[in-house]
Amino acid sequence: MIWKTFLFLLLCFVSIAGISFPIVENPVHWYQYPMIKGLEENAKIIFFHVPTAWLTVVAFFMSTVYSIQYLRKKNLDDDAKSYTAAQLGIIFCILATVTGAIWAKFAWGSYWSWDPRQTSIFALLLIYGAWFALRSSIESEEKRASLSSVYSIIAFLTVPFFIFIMPRIMLGLHPGAESIEDGKVVQSASPVVDFKMNGNMLLIFFLSLIAFTILYFWMWRVGYKSLIYRDKILKQSSRG
Amino acid sequence: MSNYQLCGEAVSKNFGRRLIFQNLNFRFTGSGVYGISGPNGAGKSTLIKIIAGVNSPSAGKIIHKIGDKVIIPEKLHNLIGFISPYLVLYEEFSAWENLEFFARIRNIKFDKEKAASLLGDFLLYDRKDDQVRTYSSGMKQRMKFIFALMHSPELLLLDEPTSNLDDEGKNTVYKMIERVSSERIVIIASNERTDIALCTETIMLAKF
Amino acid sequence: MHSKAFALFLKDFRSELRTRYAVNSLAMFILVAISVILFSIGQEKIPQSLTGGLFWVVIFFSAMSGLARAFVSEEERGTTLTLQLIASPSTIFTGKLLFNLILVFLMNIVIAVLYSALFDEFVIRSFYLFVLTFVLSNFGLAISSTIIAAIISKAGSKGTLYPVLSFPILLPLILTSVQLTSNCMVGTSFAESKVDLAVIVCYDVIMLTASYMLFDFIWKD
Repeated sequence: MIWKTFLFLLLCFVSIAGISFPIVENPVHWYQYPMIKGLEENAKIIFFHVPTAWLTVVAFFMSTVYSIQYLRKKNLDDDAKSYTAAQLGIIFCILATVTGAIWAKFAWGSYWSWDPRQTSIFALLLIYGAWFALRSSIESEEKRASLSSVYSIIAFLTVPFFIFIMPRIMLGLHPGAESIEDGKVVQSASPVVDFKMNGNMLLIFFLSLIAFTILYFWMWRVGYKSLIYRDKILKQSSRG
Repeated sequence: MSNYQLCGEAVSKNFGRRLIFQNLNFRFTGSGVYGISGPNGAGKSTLIKIIAGVNSPSAGKIIHKIGDKVIIPEKLHNLIGFISPYLVLYEEFSAWENLEFFARIRNIKFDKEKAASLLGDFLLYDRKDDQVRTYSSGMKQRMKFIFALMHSPELLLLDEPTSNLDDEGKNTVYKMIERVSSERIVIIASNERTDIALCTETIMLAKF
Repeated sequence: MHSKAFALFLKDFRSELRTRYAVNSLAMFILVAISVILFSIGQEKIPQSLTGGLFWVVIFFSAMSGLARAFVSEEERGTTLTLQLIASPSTIFTGKLLFNLILVFLMNIVIAVLYSALFDEFVIRSFYLFVLTFVLSNFGLAISSTIIAAIISKAGSKGTLYPVLSFPILLPLILTSVQLTSNCMVGTSFAESKVDLAVIVCYDVIMLTASYMLFDFIWKD
């Protein structure tokens, strides 16, 4: 209960602080954010965009870890954990894609420009989609668990390739992105914003990251436990 | 008398969260006919597949040994003869081609005389060059016995061996079981009274 | 072990000669895919870099039409159990991989020949680099499509699921191959493309190792 109250207050604070604190040229008060050239008010979306993208990755990673765990122990609880992580993962993945696209429209001028990270999150979306399509096509619980575990491990193995290949093939727009052309590292010519946050912005940013992470783990626990209970009840009722 | 040993230690199987059977312990050595019986859905086929190493148990383990040497799962398939209603041979090939391919894939020499004599025993010699798809269900069942016996297995697993067979076919099968069981282990999963009557010992599976 | 896998491959090959399931659908798919592209282009001149990309599009969709047969045909005929009883999982995977490798090479050579005959813009300047890319990518394509075929053979709705599951797994391979093909068309040297070639080699090795490790879990119920 204490955790839930704490989480509620934290999320309230982050939402209010993230959205309503003003952006000024020269911040004097603790609640004022500095102006960032090329972003202005758009900058605030970082408090929500980055946590969703981060949780997409966390969920994907956890789903794979529990898939491996399932193949080792053959315990259906692990499959439920993996499934719930992936369910949350696809939600956050969609949120990250949408918030990212909106931000991109205002910051870079178009909703979608195949920046390496955009492409990577698109690939993640495809993997999640394929994974759920696979699961829904299998009737038997055990088969579903082991086949989807195998697929998620194989899919996980492609991720390093995306991280390595993307910057070689396309230009980066995200801050910190560099493109490698002809073996030389060059900053891309597109409008990469020099994104530097000051103290209070960083504080809100990390608070938001923490709040969303706690929210994720709480949702994940509720999710997989309810799945396990549902299975148990179904089993009891089927036996009469 | 072979020195083959088959042990089951605390074998359990679940389908999803549904329990099929649990904590089965058994030990068969040398030779003889043993049975697995129980009502429909009690897991006879599943148990026999687990023994064959085709399915894996949810808990516990099956150990195959020759003398003191434990057989690794990678090698198990060449020591087992297996018959099941779910078994289907390659229908686009003839009986003879099927047997030839199987011998090559198992990496053992294709013994033409043995194949011919087995085909003769099971009354299929005249049809050996016809595609399996043209066979009747009884002929397919007899063909499975040839498939199971071709590589002289150490352990013979028969799941409903006499289904689809006429009286003549049943007699052939019983004679074969008698002959094989004098020196090897034969395990029969069935509900037919005449099948179970052959067994010296029977595992009874209850329905959960 | 090699002779066993080869025997299994021969069995599949003979079966394919009799039924021609995979080859027929593959041949038709290649024809359809290339003619769709030709029709949609019409009299237009298309940029050179685009033809390199379209080349891999044709390969991907043709592969998706035929490569699933290796495992799906066993499952459809109900012979999976028979196969389990005559060979170990690693033998089975090797045999099926061999079959798919031959199919991929055959298919892609046909596509490459047809494609360079029909598209004037498709000119390869660094021929040996292209051959190397072609061979390495075909290995990757065969490996990934074999393991995904094994997965979908055990699932329902087999036909529609195959491209859906394969695409994300093949995406890194295809992106790198497209990049390398455009290098070949520009005429880049080996040295400049060696990182991309290394990426494909890594992909092949990782997928091959993972496939052998995971195949047991797919194969045993």
